[in-house]
Amino acid sequence: MADAAVTAAAPVRPAHYGSMSRDRRWAMRWSYFFLVLFAIFFLTPPLYMLLTSLKTSAEISAATNPWWVFAPTLENYVALLTKNEFLVFFRNSALVSVCVVTVTMVISVLAAFSLARMKFWGSATLATGVFLTYLVPDTLLFIPLFKMFAWFRDLTGIELINHWWTMIILYPTLSVPFATWIMIGYFASIPKELDEAALIDGAGWFQTLTKIFIPVAMPGIIAAMIFSFTVSWAQFLYPLAFTTSSSELLLPVGIVTTLIKGDVFNWGQIMTGALLGAAPPLIIYAFLMDYYVAGLTAGATKG
Amino acid sequence: MAQVTLRKVVKKYDEVPAVRGVDLDIADKEFIVLVGPSGCGKSTTLRMIAGLEEITGGDIAIGGNIVNDVPPKDRDIAMVFQNYALYPHMNVYENMSFGLKLKKTPKAEIDKRVRLAAGILDITELLDRKPKALSGGQRQRVAMGRAIVRDPKVFLFDEPLSNLDAKLRVQMRTEIKKVHQKVRTTTVYVTHDQVEAMTLADRVVVMNQGLIEQVGTPNDLYHSPATKFVAGFIGSPAMNFIPCQVEQAAGALRIRLTDALSFPVPAERTARYTPYVGKPSLVLGLRPEHIIETRPHIEPNQHDFDMKIDVVEPMGMETLVYFTVNGVEVCGRVNPNAGAAAAKTMKLRADLSNMHLIDDTTGKVL
Repeated sequence: MADAAVTAAAPVRPAHYGSMSRDRRWAMRWSYFFLVLFAIFFLTPPLYMLLTSLKTSAEISAATNPWWVFAPTLENYVALLTKNEFLVFFRNSALVSVCVVTVTMVISVLAAFSLARMKFWGSATLATGVFLTYLVPDTLLFIPLFKMFAWFRDLTGIELINHWWTMIILYPTLSVPFATWIMIGYFASIPKELDEAALIDGAGWFQTLTKIFIPVAMPGIIAAMIFSFTVSWAQFLYPLAFTTSSSELLLPVGIVTTLIKGDVFNWGQIMTGALLGAAPPLIIYAFLMDYYVAGLTAGATKG
Repeated sequence: MAQVTLRKVVKKYDEVPAVRGVDLDIADKEFIVLVGPSGCGKSTTLRMIAGLEEITGGDIAIGGNIVNDVPPKDRDIAMVFQNYALYPHMNVYENMSFGLKLKKTPKAEIDKRVRLAAGILDITELLDRKPKALSGGQRQRVAMGRAIVRDPKVFLFDEPLSNLDAKLRVQMRTEIKKVHQKVRTTTVYVTHDQVEAMTLADRVVVMNQGLIEQVGTPNDLYHSPATKFVAGFIGSPAMNFIPCQVEQAAGALRIRLTDALSFPVPAERTARYTPYVGKPSLVLGLRPEHIIETRPHIEPNQHDFDMKIDVVEPMGMETLVYFTVNGVEVCGRVNPNAGAAAAKTMKLRADLSNMHLIDDTTGKVL
């Protein structure tokens, strides 16, 4: 009976020689199709920015093909880079971002290490709490922050509003919870035996953190750094709300407020400014991505 | 001098006991193996000696000093973990020297010790490699090297071979024994593999459900198990346990398994077993190697019997035969040329001089 069933079924199903590689080929084709589609979708705006930044104001307003530069010029770049204002915005943004990344990483690495490894009363609840703070929309915090700043001024006489460096205090409220969350996840993935081995080898908590955890969790740390840099570099709402004088503006707000005069849009310079503003993150990503390779823990355990 | 002493050591996790009062004296330079099934408390016991787990009750002493509240780094111990726990960002040399560096040992001294340990373990040419460029066996050696360079009072091994394949495991087992013969450090070794325990240990500690069942040399445990658990745990294939009764017949005792099958008790055990005549819930313990095929020459206390074989498993050097007595499956080890065949009746021989009589209610060997 069983034999008959097998022989009867055999001719129905033709042999699929090489079906694996054919499946793979189709998978590749579809992948390429969608990847190209996404690439076009995401790269069109930057391309449009680049094209526009190379045009004169006259060409921008002329009814020509917007996807072609007929008279390429660098005048927008020259105008922007010789304008003192723009360089001040750039400097403010750079200083804020570097400080925010530093502050964020120091706080979040220490917080994540203690939450992930030093099992203390309430550590699990605290870890969840850290994540919940990240879920609070930043727009909700304007009024309370203004209130707090007012109290602080009444208390100490220090004015926090309309200073670029105030952002160094403000941005970590956005970046620290998320960076801590990333680092908790990363530290939790480090095998427990590794800190036990370090403990037996004679390392204290701080040495375990600096000599074992930080080097091993470097990919996670870089991910958190990229995140906090992006948050502080591209943040628009806080500086818009808390700074007004042109010497205190950060790049995103500065470009918009100085290059849009009433209903006059200086499109060429806006695009140039946006493009120049996008350059530092791009360079930093490209540089850090080399280090951002997962699997640095390979070899620690049986693998 | 580094004896390790455990006195009434208890460990509870939220009132759930993992170790329920362990007393153990480990002599200087001794190789002790803690063995038992998963969850028996052997790893917890080891981790308490290491200081990685706080003890709930009792005392642990290393080299005569109570270390209950001493942190791991000050206990002068070294531990080898099941998954090696090498520092992935450091090369082999840095891995091995990390502990010494933290102790601020002079560079020359570190170098001397690392090279000595690397020589013992035959990993000198691997010193520059990162752990990810090493095979499982090499990683295991590095983990041992990291322990050796610290020249500790006690080595602790937590199932160090369970991640290796069967062949490498046997090889590393010999390696560990060699290393111990060279460095002679007091060693506590945890495993669930009774073969590993038997081959490595000076003394084996069999644990079950958070308690020590028996402590003894490998031969002691094999030949004179104290409990049914130890009798069944040590030895492979496991000891046969057949329900039986002790009968008095004409001044001698007989072990009755079924109406048709009974064996005379060896004369020297008559006095020992007489109190159990007619008692219920007794079990005969007989190892498979003591049930063999019939041979021309018969020794005292050996008895032939006919049995229908259910299953035959040829192993090459021997053949395992399985048959049913009194409702339980019994295993025997016979010569491959003895002609064992399934569903055929075969003449077998039981060697009663190696029998054990067990009280099944208390689990004690009588």
